[in-house]
Amino acid sequence: MGNRYESVIGLEIHAELSTKSKLFCDCEVMFGTAPNAQTCPICLGMPGVLPVLNERAISFAIRAALAMNCEIATFSKFDRKNYFYPDLPKGYQISQKHYPLAKNGYVDFEFSGTIHRVHIHQIHLEEEAAKLVHADVTGNPSQSYVDFNRAGVPLLEIVSEPDLNSPEEAVAYWRSVKEILEYIDVSDCNMEEGNFRCDANLSLRMVDSEELGTRTELKNKNSFQHVMTALKFEQKRQAMILDEGGQVEQNTILFDLNTGKTSPMRSKEEAHDYRYFPEPDLVPFEANVEEIEQIKSLLPEAPFDRRKRFVKDYGISASDAIILTETRYMADLFDETTRLCGDPKASSNWIIGDLTGLLNSEGIEIQDSRITPVQLSKLIMLINDKTISGKIAKQVIADVFKTGKSPEEIVKQKGLSQITDESEIDAIVNQVVEAHSGPVQDYRNGTKKALGFLVGQVMKATKGKANPQLVNQLLTRKLDG
Amino acid sequence: MATITTEEVKHVAALARLEFNEEDIQQFAHQLARIIDYIGKLNELDTADVPPTSHVLPIRNIVKADAAKPTNRRDDFLEGAPSAQEGYFEVPKVIE
Repeated sequence: MGNRYESVIGLEIHAELSTKSKLFCDCEVMFGTAPNAQTCPICLGMPGVLPVLNERAISFAIRAALAMNCEIATFSKFDRKNYFYPDLPKGYQISQKHYPLAKNGYVDFEFSGTIHRVHIHQIHLEEEAAKLVHADVTGNPSQSYVDFNRAGVPLLEIVSEPDLNSPEEAVAYWRSVKEILEYIDVSDCNMEEGNFRCDANLSLRMVDSEELGTRTELKNKNSFQHVMTALKFEQKRQAMILDEGGQVEQNTILFDLNTGKTSPMRSKEEAHDYRYFPEPDLVPFEANVEEIEQIKSLLPEAPFDRRKRFVKDYGISASDAIILTETRYMADLFDETTRLCGDPKASSNWIIGDLTGLLNSEGIEIQDSRITPVQLSKLIMLINDKTISGKIAKQVIADVFKTGKSPEEIVKQKGLSQITDESEIDAIVNQVVEAHSGPVQDYRNGTKKALGFLVGQVMKATKGKANPQLVNQLLTRKLDG
Repeated sequence: MATITTEEVKHVAALARLEFNEEDIQQFAHQLARIIDYIGKLNELDTADVPPTSHVLPIRNIVKADAAKPTNRRDDFLEGAPSAQEGYFEVPKVIE
């Protein structure tokens, strides 16, 4: 794409909330069970049933909206969005059109070295649709199959203002929303399971122009890569139309993942006329100010703020701060370990280095490991007070990781304490000097690097337990003396 | 008198997945126009100081606890469907 145009992008992000039961009925929310096992007359849209609002879905939605700095509406209600599709059992989706739960928020995030802010237009609750299986279930390729287990799962829709100016920035924003929702524990944001997706709309405008172009919509993207590729192709497609003096039509754009190409859906097929009207089966919801304040007071520190604090208060590099805040568990572990041992640099190094290495090799998540802040801080304190060397500490952390025992216990049981007794080390230095006359001669003839070999021999003889500084000191004294 | 065109009737019918012959469409256009006129009487009221009604019942915040209760009645539900296979409801093929 040339530099004549600037992209204007907005995202509608959909996240399934991790409640136990569905938004309007008591069916369990669980992925991967037998088709239609979690259904009832309400989520199947049988005549004469009455939906009742799930209170946890509301509090999760308020929590998410507060984490994205939104105003919570003191009055909100549900509307029916009418259309026909086999994934929609009632012929309408219960959603919020005119009085959404929250509006006017913002999300701050880092992108290419600077801080960007995307404004949130509104956040509302709606019910998830069923899952359609087009693949062949029974050998009849001319049919589709419907699984209503997902129908009625609470879905949060986060509508941004068109504040984004590139596909890369859009993805960075989407990632930070994912991070926020995971941090506050309201959604699993599992993209493979399809419970975190987005629609993107894009228009081009001339650089230095305020006038917005006509936008098109890209539906149902469920991976960062997918939305990135689709937006890039759509940018090019629109630029080509404009370059040729044409007009972009307001349309939904289909994106073919296989060919990597976008093409407009015929507007006839679309017929977006949803005839919203108030849902008569549900009464309005008025958020209680004290409850909102309580939810607010229980919000954890946002990942963005946490990164800033790690850099400012602990002197952690910006890139390390990003790694440490990738998950709330890891950030909590770092915070608590640092508080206990008073050494942020060491806490960061051990978490990002050895601990992450151990997690990767075992293929487990940090929250499932046995490492606690108490153990990690003890390990660091054992190094800092010279009880063990850094090298021995690597063995100890692997043992803690495997057994869940405390570092002191492991050091004691295996006799890993550093030897700091001069006479003990001196005796070994004498043995090494006698056994390796060659390198001793080299050193005395001026090949100073031979010292390294001799230090290594002493360390080997002590199984790494000798204090390296002391070994160095004693060897040099012996050889130079 | 309000006018409802036959095009509008066809549009609404298409959204509702209904099919009518020309004669019906003419008749509905006429009848719908009369209905709209009748409802239109409400516009004569001055509602400047009346808050919008969003629900006829004067109650708020009816919620349920977030607890899962299985129905274990899948087979009953599938039995009511025109067609079902392997635990799925079967429908004519749809492609997005």
